[in-house]
Amino acid sequence: MNSKKWDKVATGVLYFIAGIMILILAFLLIYILVNGLPHVSWHFLTSSAKSFQSGGGIGVQLFNSFYLLFLAMLISVPLSIGAGIYLSEYARKNWLTSLIRSSIDILSSLPSIVVGLFGFLVFSIQAGLGFSILSGALALTVFNLPLLTRNVEESLNTISESQREAGLALGLSKWETVLRVVIPEALPGIVTGMILGAGRVFGEAAALIYTAGQSAPPLDFANWNPFYIASPLNPLRPAETLAVHIWKINSEGIMPDASQVSAGASAVLIIAVLLFNFGARYISARVYRRMTGGQ
Amino acid sequence: MKNYTADDKYIKALDPNKHELAIYTDDLHVSYGSSEAIHGVSLAFERFKITALIGASGSGKSTYLRSLNRMNDNIDGTKVTGKIMYRGLDINGPGINVYEMRKHIGMVFQRPNPFSKSIYDNITFAPKRNGLKDKNKLDELVETTLKQAALWNQVKDDLHQSALALSGGQQQRLCIARAIAMKPDILLLDEPASALDPISTSTVEDTLLALKDDYTIIIVTHNMQQAARISDYTAFFHLGNALEFDETSNVFTNPKIQATEDYVSGRFG
Ligand SMILES: Nc1ncnc2c1ncn2[C@@H]1O[C@H](COP(=O)(O)OP(=O)(O)OP(=O)(O)O)[C@@H](O)[C@H]1O
Ligand SMILES: [Mg+2]
Repeated sequence: MNSKKWDKVATGVLYFIAGIMILILAFLLIYILVNGLPHVSWHFLTSSAKSFQSGGGIGVQLFNSFYLLFLAMLISVPLSIGAGIYLSEYARKNWLTSLIRSSIDILSSLPSIVVGLFGFLVFSIQAGLGFSILSGALALTVFNLPLLTRNVEESLNTISESQREAGLALGLSKWETVLRVVIPEALPGIVTGMILGAGRVFGEAAALIYTAGQSAPPLDFANWNPFYIASPLNPLRPAETLAVHIWKINSEGIMPDASQVSAGASAVLIIAVLLFNFGARYISARVYRRMTGGQ
Repeated sequence: MKNYTADDKYIKALDPNKHELAIYTDDLHVSYGSSEAIHGVSLAFERFKITALIGASGSGKSTYLRSLNRMNDNIDGTKVTGKIMYRGLDINGPGINVYEMRKHIGMVFQRPNPFSKSIYDNITFAPKRNGLKDKNKLDELVETTLKQAALWNQVKDDLHQSALALSGGQQQRLCIARAIAMKPDILLLDEPASALDPISTSTVEDTLLALKDDYTIIIVTHNMQQAARISDYTAFFHLGNALEFDETSNVFTNPKIQATEDYVSGRFG
């Protein structure tokens, strides 16, 4: 066969593989949405779960998911940006930095259930945080930080060395160059990574089962004092998230409408994750335009 | 390859009483890790003149040029010894504020490297960081530098478009405008026209000739005609040594060193 034919065959195979992936994704999405959306209502989204009767909602779990996500990102975003900048811009090539890089790679490939058990032992038991939002947020940070750090580092690495030289040759200090030349250019990539990371955290269950816990005590949405036990903001209360809720219903749910609640919750979860993904594309495109085109 | 010995040199001395020197190096050595790339180069550059650095690939022109504003500091493992004298100060010495020094000795690179910002911001970025805030002054700076770089007429209607949308030649002239917006004394250019087409190249050359009134220019070039056209002095580099330095007309018509003669006549190697 000549190379032209091979080219056609190879292209065909690639299209075929891509087609299969799209089909699987489409099937999953349609299946989950068709099964779940009929059960999603305003009541479902806002009321709290019921253990034994039907008609329970996912309001508290939904709130917990977002709050946990917020806290986890609050910790991991600044840390990952700092670590990523250090690794990309300042770290010299020596055994210490390659050790740090390998550690980050190993950490990022740990199964999340291992992170969860580690969080359970260290944050819940040793540090005495129990099953709490704080334990959960810390576990999520352990789960998320390596990936975010690598993302920041790689986004910065894609910026050509000539941009740094341009800044330095104008008499800017290294830090000014990093802060005002390199980071703005890398921002679309960094933001995309952060949002995709947020989506990953939002859908995470295994790392939270033994850290944030599996119970969602009713919340008093009238009291936002973080020290009050039923306050939504209290970081020391146990907080089952949406993903954990789905896992729990499917393994031991005994309410009569367990499968409907599970289907509805899955649909909400998948929509949220999709929103994160589309949001990432949209926002990074906007950031890119803002960064490159004048004011 | 023919062997040319480094002992056979002709470096014209510039009498400081007749020629005002902008910068000179004294026995400059540069090494990357354990290998030395510049083996003791002493050259002087006259103020408000254009000096061309020519020589074969790998002869150390970029290395030498980049050490003049200490851009090599940023490469791990480089070592620069010897003196670089600028305004009576050894800027290769300790205690020099490198960032401050680079405001006086600007640089334009081989590949155009505008920031991915607007044309306007590319030029005003560093002056703003330096404390120039007045909007009128900034506007004026953008206009004068773009005019000096022969770019104003092409971009004046759309100063806020992204610099990345410009052609390669326009980007390079923007980089020149950006460098002179800092009002440096000395402008170092490393093959600024090598990525450009002939028309853009000749525009850049005209730009440099016009800038000569206010700036001392040191330019690396592979293009012998370019060196002959625009420079007042030429230094010929070979294997990390400057073998000949003289007025450009002498270097091209009457070189004193065999290696230079072979190189400029294309019989090199
Ligand atoms: N970053 C670096 N690390 C190690 N060695 C380097 C580095 N840059 C240059 N060299 C070496 O230093 C020597 C001089 O290189 P330099 O780039 O200064 O030559 P040049 O005259 O500018 O060549 P060209 O005309 O190809 O640009 C070469 O042997 C090169 O391999
Ligand atoms: Mg070079």
